[in-house]
Amino acid sequence: MASEAFENAFAVLGRDFANAGRVSTAIKDTLKGLGIHAPIVRRVAIASYEAEMNLVMYASRGKMRLTVSSEAITIDVDDEGPGIEDVSLAMQEGYSTATPEMREMGFGAGMGLPNIRKNADEFVITSEVGRGTRLHIRVNLLA
Amino acid sequence: MATAMAAGKVITLDEVVRLLGARVLCGKDLAVRLSEVGAADLMSDVLALSKPGMLLLTGLVSVQVIRTAIVSDLCGVVFVRGKMPGKDILELARESNVPVLSTAMTMFQAAGVLYGALSGR
Repeated sequence: MASEAFENAFAVLGRDFANAGRVSTAIKDTLKGLGIHAPIVRRVAIASYEAEMNLVMYASRGKMRLTVSSEAITIDVDDEGPGIEDVSLAMQEGYSTATPEMREMGFGAGMGLPNIRKNADEFVITSEVGRGTRLHIRVNLLA
Repeated sequence: MATAMAAGKVITLDEVVRLLGARVLCGKDLAVRLSEVGAADLMSDVLALSKPGMLLLTGLVSVQVIRTAIVSDLCGVVFVRGKMPGKDILELARESNVPVLSTAMTMFQAAGVLYGALSGR
């Protein structure tokens, strides 16, 4: 793998359920193409997909940025949406504000944010009600 | 999510087709070997609990099932109760090389048959 940083940004549209997950599968293909170890690619892809689904379900639009360095893979998500009133509550397994429509797609069980934390080596979430939510997800390449 | 894991037993997708009397909706390489099966309608559970190479049984018909299979490195998807995915779902599965089967069995029956095959009962 090249030692210099690799960066790619993707736009994501809220409520666009037909395309939800497209960015995360593209990120997965990119990482596979860079020759990154499959279990690491899988952790990044799962965390990214959870984040992308949250963005599509709750926000009106947002950006996802993939950065690959020799030490780590990071995904930064920045959305324009309602924000999260109580982040510590949202981080609890089982807590959800999902609509029946989201549940019909197999999501909205209150598992997304905890699962991102589980797959990441570093996870920072900041949110401002009425503005949006930011996620910083880092998966280390070196043990 | 319910998962059936076997002690060392491995079966192929071809055998799954035969055991479940399933229709192959897409997938060229059915010699793929698997040792774990999970049954879930909640994709959140699959994303949180599945292992790479697992076969998913589901009653949920949505494009998100295939996306979940891609990001989780699953070996294939079986839609139960004779459910037929739409064209968009099969197109994505084909593009992404995710084998898709459909069986008339219920999730409980299909899980039971595959559990039996994997545990040698």
